[in-house]
Amino acid sequence: MQGHKVFNLKPSNYSAMDNQSFTLSKKLVTISMVMVAIGIVSLAYGYFAGLGPGRIAANILLNSFYFLGIALVGLFFVAVHAIAESGWQVSVQRIGEAMSSFIPVAGILLLLLFGLGGMSALYEWTHEEHLDAILLKKVAYLNVPFFMIRFVIYFAGWILLAHLIKKTSRKLDQHGDMFYFNRLRMLSAIFIVFYAITSVTSSWDWLMSIDAHWFSTLYGWYVFSSMLASGIAVLIIILIALKNMGYMTHVNPEHVHDLGKYLFGFSIFWAYLWFSQYMLIWYANIPEETIYFYTRLKYFDNIFFLNLILNLVVPLFILMTRNSKRMFSVLLPVSIIVFIGHWIDMYQIIMPGVVGKEAGIGLLEIGLTIGFIGLFSLVIFYSLSKAPLVPKNHPFYKESIKYHTNY
Amino acid sequence: MNKFITAYYNDEEDLLKGIKMMKSNGVEPLDVLTPFPVHGLDKALGLKRSRLTRVAFVGGVVGGLVGFFFQAWVFTKAYPLNFGGKPFFAVPSFMPVTFEMTVLFAAFAMVIAFFVHNKLGPGAKPVIHDERVTDDRFLLVFDIWEKDEKEVSNIQMALTNAGAQGIQLKA
Repeated sequence: MQGHKVFNLKPSNYSAMDNQSFTLSKKLVTISMVMVAIGIVSLAYGYFAGLGPGRIAANILLNSFYFLGIALVGLFFVAVHAIAESGWQVSVQRIGEAMSSFIPVAGILLLLLFGLGGMSALYEWTHEEHLDAILLKKVAYLNVPFFMIRFVIYFAGWILLAHLIKKTSRKLDQHGDMFYFNRLRMLSAIFIVFYAITSVTSSWDWLMSIDAHWFSTLYGWYVFSSMLASGIAVLIIILIALKNMGYMTHVNPEHVHDLGKYLFGFSIFWAYLWFSQYMLIWYANIPEETIYFYTRLKYFDNIFFLNLILNLVVPLFILMTRNSKRMFSVLLPVSIIVFIGHWIDMYQIIMPGVVGKEAGIGLLEIGLTIGFIGLFSLVIFYSLSKAPLVPKNHPFYKESIKYHTNY
Repeated sequence: MNKFITAYYNDEEDLLKGIKMMKSNGVEPLDVLTPFPVHGLDKALGLKRSRLTRVAFVGGVVGGLVGFFFQAWVFTKAYPLNFGGKPFFAVPSFMPVTFEMTVLFAAFAMVIAFFVHNKLGPGAKPVIHDERVTDDRFLLVFDIWEKDEKEVSNIQMALTNAGAQGIQLKA
């Protein structure tokens, strides 16, 4: 089709495409390692400064779950587009696949946390001898053996499907065969159904059961939408980092624009679910439900409103215009703000229930998060170096390169 | 009132080429009518971005403010009612209506602005350049109102050179 020549594709995009396999630079590894070391040191500080098992366990849970959610969204990104048979995402698909390689790492960390006594510090319902009438009713679901069985099912499913989807995507890239294309679509469909259920139940298990007396039917979706927004933000951050390192030259403003639209849309989606949960509880005014927001508004009021400002107000007004979604200089700061914002969202989900009003953001919180960022980037960039960054033989590769969006 | 020259193409690639040639001849098309969105058409025509989004923003802001402050006035001044012991000025309960009013005003502002700007809507006189434009024809429309016969024949010549498959004069 001759008409496609009018798209703003610079000729240089084609010539640079040959050198598109990512090599892990020593500098990147060193920086990541230093960050991981900071994390370990701050964990040791938390232990020796006597911050208590609750606060340490809560911090590990917070970061493990937060980065697990981001990793799952990487896989979700690949799967949902494979089902929709869309084309534009092919140019950034490898980043999503690489993000999913953090799932097993998060699984090991959570297993260590739950196995090494984190459960009794985190979850009131594990103290079987002190259960009250309400918790006794929930014993059928909230008991340690079933909890661990569910844990194994979640991670077995996620890791297996992530592995299969990644493998099929690589094969598709090598052969460009429709067989692998259809297989990728089928695996993606299975993953999406599995993820739709497990993202909800896992957030009940690991997050909502912290406040075991309290419940909210919207909770799973609320956590899922938080994952979505932070996952897309991280995808954009990785993309910009790769571009700054001289890779991903085939990604043009059209692709960035669409990622910006995702960030904008999912931020509003998150706010919608946040508000739906909040307003129903506020309106019904039933004590057993309002206790959740009562503690958050009384002892965590700054965090509570900061959460809304960072995750709704900032992306809503800054990403509203077309140009801001297409410029890295705007999109990168907003992505980082949303990344921090959803960390704070997780913070206000977990901390009030586990630590109570003594909770604060200190050296342990900041240091451990830096450590997790280092670990995450180590895993992600190692995974990126394992496969060519450009899926050249993907059936939709050309469509992706020529992709064009108006609004 | 208006006079047009219309030329049709059977293929969108030919249409894009034709537009390019006409523009290089210094003749600006008034409009292009196609049965489906043609990629690259905006650029070929040199169209600026639509300003409809700004209308939507202004409409949305007005709608949001109207929605919010109308409720604030009703529930605190005009007709205060006690709902389950909630304060009269209860911001969370105003939010759904504020949101809906924002969407409603933005949508109406866009539709009305679109109709006004394009002279469409109830009571408008439709100009049908070619009935097959909704089927398989790609139409180039030129405004020849206030153009003398020589200019018109020049346009027709240029169109024939630009590979138009059929040219019509409409008054």
